[in-house]
Amino acid sequence: MNSQMPKWADVALIPLLNLLLAFLVSGLVVLWIGENPLHALVIIIKGSIGSAYSWGYTLYYTTNFVFTGLAVAVAFHAKMFNIGGEGQATLGGLGAALACLSIDWPHWLLAFPVIVAGAALFGAAWAAVPAYLQARRGSHIVITTIMFNFIAFALLVYLLVHVMKAPGSMAPETKTFPPGAHLPTAHEMLAWFGIGFPKSPPLNVSFLLALAACVFVWALIWRTRLGYAIRAFGFSEPAAVYAGISPFRVIMISMLISGGLAGMMAVNTVAGEAERLLIDSVQGAGFVGIAVALMGRSHPVGVLLAAILFGILYQGGAELEFELPAVSREMIVVIQALVILFTGALDNMVRMPVEKLFIRMRRGAP
Amino acid sequence: MTGKEQSARPDDAAPAIELRGISKSFGPIRANRDISLSVASGTIHGIVGENGAGKSTLMSILYGFYKADAGEIRINGKPTAIPDSQAAIGAGIGMVHQHFMLVQNFTVLENVVLGAEDGPLLGPSLAKARSLLTRLAGEYELSVDPDAVIEELSVGYQQRVEILKSLYRQADILILDEPTGVLTPSEASHLFRILRSLRDEGKTIILITHKLQEIMAVTDTVSVMRQGEMTATVRTCDTMPEELAQLMVGRKVLLRVKKQAANPGDVVLDATNLTVTDDRGVERLKDVSLQVRKGEILGIAGVAGNGQTELLEVLGGISSATGSIRINGKEVSCSGPGSDAGSRRRCGVAHVPEDRQHLGLVMDFHAWENMAFGYHHDSRYNHNRLFMDNRAIRHATARNMEHFDVRPATAESVARNFSGGNQQKIVLAREFTRGPQLLVVGQPTRGVDIGAIEFIHQRIVDLRDSGAAVLLISVELDEILSLSDRVAVMFDGRIIGERITSETNENELGLLMAGITSES
Repeated sequence: MNSQMPKWADVALIPLLNLLLAFLVSGLVVLWIGENPLHALVIIIKGSIGSAYSWGYTLYYTTNFVFTGLAVAVAFHAKMFNIGGEGQATLGGLGAALACLSIDWPHWLLAFPVIVAGAALFGAAWAAVPAYLQARRGSHIVITTIMFNFIAFALLVYLLVHVMKAPGSMAPETKTFPPGAHLPTAHEMLAWFGIGFPKSPPLNVSFLLALAACVFVWALIWRTRLGYAIRAFGFSEPAAVYAGISPFRVIMISMLISGGLAGMMAVNTVAGEAERLLIDSVQGAGFVGIAVALMGRSHPVGVLLAAILFGILYQGGAELEFELPAVSREMIVVIQALVILFTGALDNMVRMPVEKLFIRMRRGAP
Repeated sequence: MTGKEQSARPDDAAPAIELRGISKSFGPIRANRDISLSVASGTIHGIVGENGAGKSTLMSILYGFYKADAGEIRINGKPTAIPDSQAAIGAGIGMVHQHFMLVQNFTVLENVVLGAEDGPLLGPSLAKARSLLTRLAGEYELSVDPDAVIEELSVGYQQRVEILKSLYRQADILILDEPTGVLTPSEASHLFRILRSLRDEGKTIILITHKLQEIMAVTDTVSVMRQGEMTATVRTCDTMPEELAQLMVGRKVLLRVKKQAANPGDVVLDATNLTVTDDRGVERLKDVSLQVRKGEILGIAGVAGNGQTELLEVLGGISSATGSIRINGKEVSCSGPGSDAGSRRRCGVAHVPEDRQHLGLVMDFHAWENMAFGYHHDSRYNHNRLFMDNRAIRHATARNMEHFDVRPATAESVARNFSGGNQQKIVLAREFTRGPQLLVVGQPTRGVDIGAIEFIHQRIVDLRDSGAAVLLISVELDEILSLSDRVAVMFDGRIIGERITSETNENELGLLMAGITSES
């Protein structure tokens, strides 16, 4: 995007430096509570990518972050800051649950497209209202989407407590989905090819859906006319109007796609893992998606890599909490927050000096 | 004028402002060349000139926004360095900008005090300002409700607040940059009354404008700038608008374009009663009617800001208007559905906007992506309903870049990395190669180097000769004269005169541009 830096520095060096800084500060935090940071790092890495078992968890989280990251990325291309991934994924869960519970599915292959469609549709519908308010009324999308997160959560609580609760149950959750709506796990799928994989990790067929979503977003943004219009609008609204691109249409469509992607996260968590609708199945993944999209430079490949990184942090963090009792759950959140802080919010802190360095180097060269 | 040595004089007779040999360059562009100016204390001094003549640069130097490359500023006879606007205020200079610098949700009083508070507590400053405001209201007809919030005030009142701000800072010298551009006629005449009474109190006022009537109405002396130079300074009572217009437009070297006499055919564009009202309710385009025929170029001359941009945007489908537009006899919408830029293109209208960086190009797009911009629905650029044929676009780009001599001819470069002239060539290549029936083009050579100007002019004439109707909008009078077959002059949102190019001259058009018609 700018001519000051070679592309590799923009795409690889700066995220790497950001990450390094985040780990450095996290290390200090770990040191401060009296643990050995290197030991902690080893636990994180071993616990997240050290075995097939840990990969099974890491990639499960990755799947969530790919969906929410892509959701933010698509909206970013239209210069819409959709921070309503959390609410859209919550509603996606409702859509997925309704799809699973609608009939007694004979086979998961029949159920799968309907679950995906239900999740995407509900997520998109939840994004549609803020999108319309932005496009027609100029209500700021950041405000409306964040408000819709709260509404979504309240709505879900109401539904689970009063409408959808399983009869006779004390917990605010639906009954378990019928066996025909059970999505194959990595263990089951790899068994078809005679490959062994541990049984307990929740990694399931949704991971493949996430990869497909990456390809879909790439083709959409860089190969279709719609993507062309979205990018043109994102770069310059007046120029888009000059070219006959309708701002209303671009805002609506990009936000619907964004909401749909966020909603599809529920295919993984609700249909794939819990197999019933719980009260908090999103668990902040909608917000992590913002950091993933920022770090991934809104490119599907970058989003995938960033999602894997955050998957590692989530799974590794859980292991760390288990192995080192001194490191509490909150401490893990602090470390994750530091990574988000350094890769997202403080990106320019590293970018500026590196850019200056490159300019100086270029000047130095003949 | 420059070598004149001033002998020592008593301080009270020294001019309020004296500029000696001021020069300022921006890269290769010399915005101010060796300018000397002396403004006597207690007078209103006008500075006129076309857009880009260097008026604003000169005032920015005086107000400390720019540092002159050479020259000296004397205030009341004392050599004064003005490195920033704080120093300017310290030297007693106040400036009322064309675009006001007010905090919209503060009250008048808060805005007046802002940046000039006496201490950490606001109370005393506000009380002081309030008593000053009451005094000034009586003295100079500068009445404004001190407790009104800025965003609720009309533009005329907001301007008074700007003047009050300067007076609160004890300015003795007031610079007003195009102060009447946003005012209604009655607001303008009230402003002039204020300026006269300020002068009578001994303040010195510099008025920058391109409206000659205002100069004649309110100033004591007037200076004319042209192409960065101060071409004349005269007493207003000794001159006439005609003379000033001539000095303003000057006799530039005309770049003559090789072209045959026009061979006009059927009417392509027939616009009647186009009116554009902006979101503040001000009419920017007033009842404009015009026709352009196949095979002719209609030039629209005028000082920038007299409705040309609005006309261009209505024809290009960017903003909506009332009235009617017919293209090749077919009615097209001026507002609502079907009036967007895409619909216009489908009617065969190509639009080269005035501001290529803002409208004509997406600066972060590659050259090839820009080459399809606006025509991205074209079947040649698409595989099917969904996917674009990027290879076809790249091919077309390579061809167009060669035809239009875009340098460097790299389709993969981002638009931002091309020079202004080459950016313009990308836009022109895109619009010209579609074989438009009507081309509307604004400032085709703004910021373009001489070589490219000739090339672009030739292409416009070629397009005409191939049977297109061309509507050319430019603030460069010689461009209008050398390209167009007919000239219409816009002033204050209207077309106030139309001439056959071969039967008119710069002076006549210059007068029209200044709003002076032979009848008045």
